[in-house]
Amino acid sequence: MLKGLIGKKIGMTQIFDENGVAIPVTVIEAGPCYVTQVRTPENDGYSAVQLGFEEVKPKRLTGGELGHLKRNNLPPLRFLREFRVKNPEVKEGDKVTVECFAVGERVDVVGTSKGKGFQGGVKRYHFRGGPKTHGQSDRHRAPGSRSSGTTPGRVYKGSRGPGHMGNDRVTAQGLKVVLVDTERNLIGVKGSVPGAKGGLVVIKEARKQ
Amino acid sequence: MSEQILKAIEPQPNPNVPPLRPGDVVSVHVKIKEGNRERVQEFKGTVLFTKNAGAGSTFTVRRIASNGIGVERTFLTYSPRIEKVVVERHSKVRRARLFYLRNRTGKSARLKQRF
Repeated sequence: MLKGLIGKKIGMTQIFDENGVAIPVTVIEAGPCYVTQVRTPENDGYSAVQLGFEEVKPKRLTGGELGHLKRNNLPPLRFLREFRVKNPEVKEGDKVTVECFAVGERVDVVGTSKGKGFQGGVKRYHFRGGPKTHGQSDRHRAPGSRSSGTTPGRVYKGSRGPGHMGNDRVTAQGLKVVLVDTERNLIGVKGSVPGAKGGLVVIKEARKQ
Repeated sequence: MSEQILKAIEPQPNPNVPPLRPGDVVSVHVKIKEGNRERVQEFKGTVLFTKNAGAGSTFTVRRIASNGIGVERTFLTYSPRIEKVVVERHSKVRRARLFYLRNRTGKSARLKQRF
């Protein structure tokens, strides 16, 4: 069964459950998505479903993109994403809506985290920084030593340090679905979701159930 | 646009909670679940401050417990657990947040009534 949607993060709020306990909720406007292509082991070597989301003016897409969608008489769609599923049980041209998720299920939400720009080691990797007292000057947020000395005489690749932070693909795993609004195509998950409001998110069945 | 969508999702304000102001002496009736039984607990005290933030709005009530220890409790204004809030009197206050009441006891902790 295909369980996946592409959506847009709307924002966070809180709702009350039946016991009156407040739950933090991230609301995502998800779907309706269209099945733009079904990948099969025979044709592509693996099975997956390609979904498209958000209708746009035709002039926003390239001719190749339009042709790809036209094959199944689909409207121009801005985003295409693939979902690896064994038995999709959907055909090309099908519509997928929030109904594929039910309240209480666990989902993974993939988003792009907010960009933080070039950041120091303290913020980026929780380095401790230097001592705050004992005559220190300009050492408070310094990264300290990055490596050993003469041997090996270089910094190992991949060692942590200052650099660009954020704007990464991040997955929030095992979020509980607390709200499904078929009328407005909304889905609400408990807890936060990576990225800014309006950012593109992909909702999938939870990998760790 | 997105704010409107959120508004549609957010719970409606609890109709049993009247508009509160700092300095109000209120008695808050909260439903409490104990096992299977549900009962109503009363919490009576002075509203120190309110936070108006849509579905996340809260108000904080301070009372002096039997042993003279101040107890503060923050309630979610929209919470369906609040059965009712009775405003017993308003006070004349000149602040939006009555933090200074925490440092006062006895006579100096009194507030003048506003009619």
